Amino acid sequence: MRATLDLPPDFDPVTGRFGKFGGRFVAETLMPALDELTKAFIAAWADTEFRAELDALLRDFVGRETPLYHARRLSAEVGADVWLKREDLAHTGAHKVNNTVGQVLLAKRMGKTRVIAETGAGQHGVATATACALFGLPCEVFMGAEDVRRQAPNVRRMELLGAKVHAVQSGSRTLKDAMNEALRDWVTNVHDTYYCVGSAAGPHPYPLIVRELQSVIGREARAQVLRQKGRLPDVVVACVGGGSNAIGAFAGFLEDRDVKLIGVEAAGEGLNGKHAAPLTAGTVGVLHGAKSYLLQTDDGQVAEAHSVSAGLDYPGVGPEHSHLKETGRATYLAVTDDEALTAFQQLARLEGILPALETSHAIAALPKIVEKHGEGLTIVVSLSGRGDKDLETVQAALAERAAKSH
Amino acid sequence: MGRIAEAFDRAAAENRAALVIYLCAGDPSLDATVDLVVAAAESGADVIELGVPFSDPTADGVAIQQASERSLARGTTMRGVLDVVRRVRERSAVPILLFGYYNPILRYGEAKLVADAKAAGVDGFLVVDLPPEEADPLVEPLRAAGLGYVPLVAPTSTESRIAQAAALADGFVYYVSMTGVTGAKDAVLDEAAERAAALRPKAGAPVAVGFGIATPDDARLVAAKADGVVVGSAIVRAIASAPDVASSVRAVRELVAALAVACRR
Repeated sequence: MRATLDLPPDFDPVTGRFGKFGGRFVAETLMPALDELTKAFIAAWADTEFRAELDALLRDFVGRETPLYHARRLSAEVGADVWLKREDLAHTGAHKVNNTVGQVLLAKRMGKTRVIAETGAGQHGVATATACALFGLPCEVFMGAEDVRRQAPNVRRMELLGAKVHAVQSGSRTLKDAMNEALRDWVTNVHDTYYCVGSAAGPHPYPLIVRELQSVIGREARAQVLRQKGRLPDVVVACVGGGSNAIGAFAGFLEDRDVKLIGVEAAGEGLNGKHAAPLTAGTVGVLHGAKSYLLQTDDGQVAEAHSVSAGLDYPGVGPEHSHLKETGRATYLAVTDDEALTAFQQLARLEGILPALETSHAIAALPKIVEKHGEGLTIVVSLSGRGDKDLETVQAALAERAAKSH
Repeated sequence: MGRIAEAFDRAAAENRAALVIYLCAGDPSLDATVDLVVAAAESGADVIELGVPFSDPTADGVAIQQASERSLARGTTMRGVLDVVRRVRERSAVPILLFGYYNPILRYGEAKLVADAKAAGVDGFLVVDLPPEEADPLVEPLRAAGLGYVPLVAPTSTESRIAQAAALADGFVYYVSMTGVTGAKDAVLDEAAERAAALRPKAGAPVAVGFGIATPDDARLVAAKADGVVVGSAIVRAIASAPDVASSVRAVRELVAALAVACRR
């Protein structure tokens, strides 16, 4: 039985490009593996049995569909009608699991016997370790040493799930370096290893695979907002690091031309200082196999990113976001560490939800969006993950803020 | 015919494999790199791969990663690397291949870089993360300028991919000895050399083998069957472990001379 793969707008399946972005810039050794993966994914995605197996897992294991929650107190506070797509309620506490269950199911179908992944905040690592436990595959996760420190609870979760966590000591010791090391492992063990990329980044076909697997966020949210509110939203908002939850949320609304799509990057300490906002303040380059916006020096060296949130602390971004920026279909803005921390507290106290620091950036953007586009808008926010992993970081940052104000 | 192809022809005529030596530009300094390139050439290197350091060298093992980090920490830029070539040209005609990753090339601008590289005395380019599908923006200006391009072929490359690489090759084809990163220890070199020899008729150019060749014994195994032998991480390690520039130059002279002997058939 065949199902259909509706290719994203302006996507060329031969070159793997969204407009002029994307492609494949990797060592020759990996090129045949990327061809194999592309064929396997397209065949699986067109196979109704595969889709049915995945849908059953998303329902019974992940807990989909996730609710669309009308955040009334937050709405009153920001002057908009705010609906939260509760990916924080998915199994493992973030949207990442939508992708890993699909990719590890694909790995199994391809006969791969070992799975590797990179992780920043640890959410993708936990989600990959979870899917590997589910399917009985060995799992190794590469994580920057700096992130191992600031996301310690997730390291323990991965280990309890049976995964081996490698602390990466090179470069800035964050997500970028974890991805470098995962690529080095993959090039070495490519014959039996499946590389489960967590973001909508990387060489073709990863940006396609991840956006298709995450598009369940946008599809559900669209149906839910129509059912619950009786109309499409004016705006869909999501945080963007590599951009997987945002591309998944946007995918459901791309054809609804009146729905504004707004991605929120991490402005870190400010756009004139250290930040992680390549779409807002970067230039076009090639990192991790794809052409996209990038933080880089005048000499083409990749610059270190900074964000209080480990999941957004990445100098690159998925190529489809670069294309959406270029065509104007989506717009991107950036909020600082400080604004994200304030939003974290705001959502906790107004709605009883502790959001991930990544997600807090999307919440922090709401007043800016209302200021620009006016009050009374219906806004769907992708609440991409829960914040339990961030408690230590948040407490330390709030203590620092209190010390500064005295 | 370019100097790279000439170097392979000369080695073949002398019944030996061409010796290709990789050096990371700017490690320990750009001044030292000039002396190290000249020393390698004088000691028997037929071709120099001059590494342009990159912040995210995903195809490299620890030795070249760390050399790249040291070089970048000292402020090495593409212009600085071209200046090294210009200064080498005052002392040596050894063919020089710029070896690196695509982003610094893209940032500089392919056509402008090819023009500036040619003016500096560069003979060709090898870009590890630029597969044939994406290579046109660099290969077209290289062809127009008469500079060489060295594509990579891996153990995983299919017949059609080998043909794509062969169509782009100008100088030689770089055969990666194993699935892995540079400097790895688990290459089975005699088998890799046989695969390289089998690749030769399809490659349309000489085939050199790299990755995991560290010692004269390693080089001898490969030189018996392949057109060329590439040594990189072992050179980088020898430079890194030398206490000063003079001793690193001495160490490179000794290692390259021993490798050159091992390349004779």
